[in-house]
Amino acid sequence: MKKPMKIAIASGKGGTGKTTLSTNLSALWAERRQVTLLDLDVEEPNSGLFLNGTLVKQETIEKFIPVWNPDPCRLCGKCQEVCEFNAVMKLGTEIMVFPELCHGCYACSDLCPNSALPMAARPMGELNHYRMGKLDFIEGRLAVGEEQAVPAIKRVKEYQKQELPDSELIIMDSPPGTSCPVIEAVKDVNFVILITEPTPFGLHDLKLAVETTRGLGKEMGIVINRDGIGDDGVERYCSDEGLRIVARIPQDRGMAKTYSAGKLIYLSHPVMKEELSRLIDFLEAL
Amino acid sequence: MKEIVVLSGKGGTGKTSLTASFALLAGSSAVVADCDVDASDMHLLLAPVAEREEMFYSGKEAVIDNEACISCNRCLEVCHFDAVETDGTLYEINSVNCEGCSYCERVCPVDAITMKPSLAGDWYVSKIRSGARMVHARLGIGAENSGKLVARVKNEAKDIASKDSKALVLVDGSPGIGCPVVSSLSGANYIVIVTEPTISGLHDLKRLRELIVKFRLPSGCIINKADLNSGYTDEIQKYLKHEKMDMLGTLPYDEKITSAMVQGKSILEEPYSGSETAGIIREIWQNIQFKLGLDGE
Repeated sequence: MKKPMKIAIASGKGGTGKTTLSTNLSALWAERRQVTLLDLDVEEPNSGLFLNGTLVKQETIEKFIPVWNPDPCRLCGKCQEVCEFNAVMKLGTEIMVFPELCHGCYACSDLCPNSALPMAARPMGELNHYRMGKLDFIEGRLAVGEEQAVPAIKRVKEYQKQELPDSELIIMDSPPGTSCPVIEAVKDVNFVILITEPTPFGLHDLKLAVETTRGLGKEMGIVINRDGIGDDGVERYCSDEGLRIVARIPQDRGMAKTYSAGKLIYLSHPVMKEELSRLIDFLEAL
Repeated sequence: MKEIVVLSGKGGTGKTSLTASFALLAGSSAVVADCDVDASDMHLLLAPVAEREEMFYSGKEAVIDNEACISCNRCLEVCHFDAVETDGTLYEINSVNCEGCSYCERVCPVDAITMKPSLAGDWYVSKIRSGARMVHARLGIGAENSGKLVARVKNEAKDIASKDSKALVLVDGSPGIGCPVVSSLSGANYIVIVTEPTISGLHDLKRLRELIVKFRLPSGCIINKADLNSGYTDEIQKYLKHEKMDMLGTLPYDEKITSAMVQGKSILEEPYSGSETAGIIREIWQNIQFKLGLDGE
């Protein structure tokens, strides 16, 4: 295995089992070696519901936004002119800043001729770092009402680099979809695991996820969850595209029930443990 | 005209399958909008036939002309997104990282940087088999601004509804609580949340509810796969009561929904239309119509 090894667990469609795979894989792998799991699905971070660790550190995630200082301001309107996101507006004799729209590019602040828009920190979420045995678990949690997931995702990755620079194995539970939050989560990993279900919805969204992953030039493997439902569309697609299926998790009501209660599945379902062990062997050999 | 937005917080709760069923029940009195532009799936059940197709440009991306560039490094210094890459002589924009803020273009002393509009996706106006129009989209791979595409799809659906005097706009929203969801909330009259009785379902329901309260919107909830964990189903019902949210109904865990999906159908259609689940979905739809003061069939 290359070191450090960074693996993203992603999917186009939501609810296909990213969190189930991330938590079960990390916990089982941590029985062998040190693992760091990052929950980058900051809009709905759920990995922590399945892991019971001790809180090591908690911090506020901040983003920097401009704050208007009326005294030096000459109301020239330069700030409004340079903002591409309509986050700064001159309304009458006031400058209004809309923090949810701000991307933090600093253009208005730096280019203001009178330094009337200094940047200041604004809380946008929180980060929690837990530890259980050989597993470090770090989650980002976007404050409700905040719209931009990307800065929170960046902070979680940065925190890992600062606080756990020696991590040799990093697993990232990614957000669903194919847009900017996923790209941010996946762009600097060595390997992507795409988890899907064998249904038309699963297939449609898998294709998007495969295109996205290829676009980023990443190697990938496919995990089929709820294997046995639906049809053989995913199977055929994978074989046509030369995509490797690296694990199959069978459809099983008992496992779904274990999940529903917030418990790790592999602890009570040997099939899950077996599949995960094979997946770990495969990843160790990369 | 009323607008219903269907959301779930957590993905995979059955939101799209249910919205497609409601779309068929609403018949030609509705305009349907698929605002889950990131991973839109509703077309797989409703088989829309496109009448109109438009490209959606949104946002910009910087391009550097290396002939004109004097290697002053100003762009590199001002970029907060690590989007400018260089080997010392040649400069290039990493389009994955570029946010389109134009700061580099503004400070380049020799105008070597231009901002190009980026194609964010396509959107369509189509017709579905109920006779209704459906507006849907496909977001470009890795594109930004999904929130803006959501707004575009929704506004188009509303325009069509008001022009054709339709009573209802039915919106399938995105999972999560971020920008595409916030974008789908504006102008809504009622939010239907589809959840499931799992620890994550409840957790995500609470976060979504918190967001909806900020927008002061009325909401109701459907518990799908309710028999999977009756303890959590009870807990969700208690939560709904406490929050004064409408309880719209519970559905059993039914693999017929998947079987119908494989055939490109909703569970309301043959051979599943007589099933218990189909019956409950019809009842739930009546509940929703009642809450909104729409005339039922």
